Amino acid sequence: MATKNIHKLTVKASTSQIARVRDFVAEHAQNIGLSPKDISEIKLAVDEAYTNIVKHAYKYANQHHVDIEIGFSNSELWISLLDEGESFDPNTYSEPDLVKRIKEKKRGGMGVYLIRKLMDSVHYSRKGHMNEIRMVKHL
Amino acid sequence: MKNFSIAIRQADDVSILEVSGELDAHTASQLENSLKALIDEKRHLIIVNCAKLDYIASAGLGVFMAYIEDVRGLGGDIKLSNMNERVYNVFDLLGFPTLYDILEDELEALESFKS
Repeated sequence: MATKNIHKLTVKASTSQIARVRDFVAEHAQNIGLSPKDISEIKLAVDEAYTNIVKHAYKYANQHHVDIEIGFSNSELWISLLDEGESFDPNTYSEPDLVKRIKEKKRGGMGVYLIRKLMDSVHYSRKGHMNEIRMVKHL
Repeated sequence: MKNFSIAIRQADDVSILEVSGELDAHTASQLENSLKALIDEKRHLIIVNCAKLDYIASAGLGVFMAYIEDVRGLGGDIKLSNMNERVYNVFDLLGFPTLYDILEDELEALESFKS
């Protein structure tokens, strides 16, 4: 089904923008009548995806930008985050072992796992210099 | 603007961190600095009261992961209390309840330090 509406936001790649990114997706998710639970899940998934871009794709270099797009049809809500940083290979990713990570005093590596748990589908792609993570929630 | 703050109280030898607002990759360093300061002062009995915590992302959980071993190694613990359901769900999704003491309320957490 065709997407009816697409909203876009471009922000600086910086952790200072995380709250703004969350509020942007929450506002649009709310406008289409999603439940508070779905809205919380979408906010968290987008936060994790955006944080990963700031941290891993751009390695905290904040002269870069991230585009966030949100759209919906009758059957789904989708959110895409686009960056031009280092690409992420989801095949190299494994489910976090919390016990092991705590023992090794490691943190992180949980964002991708959370995104997969919170959204109905997640797809990574690279076109030219552009990375895209597209996350879908069924309505 | 940072929509996150921490207030620290002392109840005998237990330090209580009251966290308010949104804990994410931007605000996690504030929690980290507070925990580090307590550990440096050899205050290893720590309760993090989450009653006013509206939101948490994995960067926030990462702070608890980074310090729990040190604190427990020194005979202390970091116990978490008063979480709302949304915040608890994030801890739950990542398997924290089996590894961390997460209690309904602060009094219960204080009691569990005594026992």
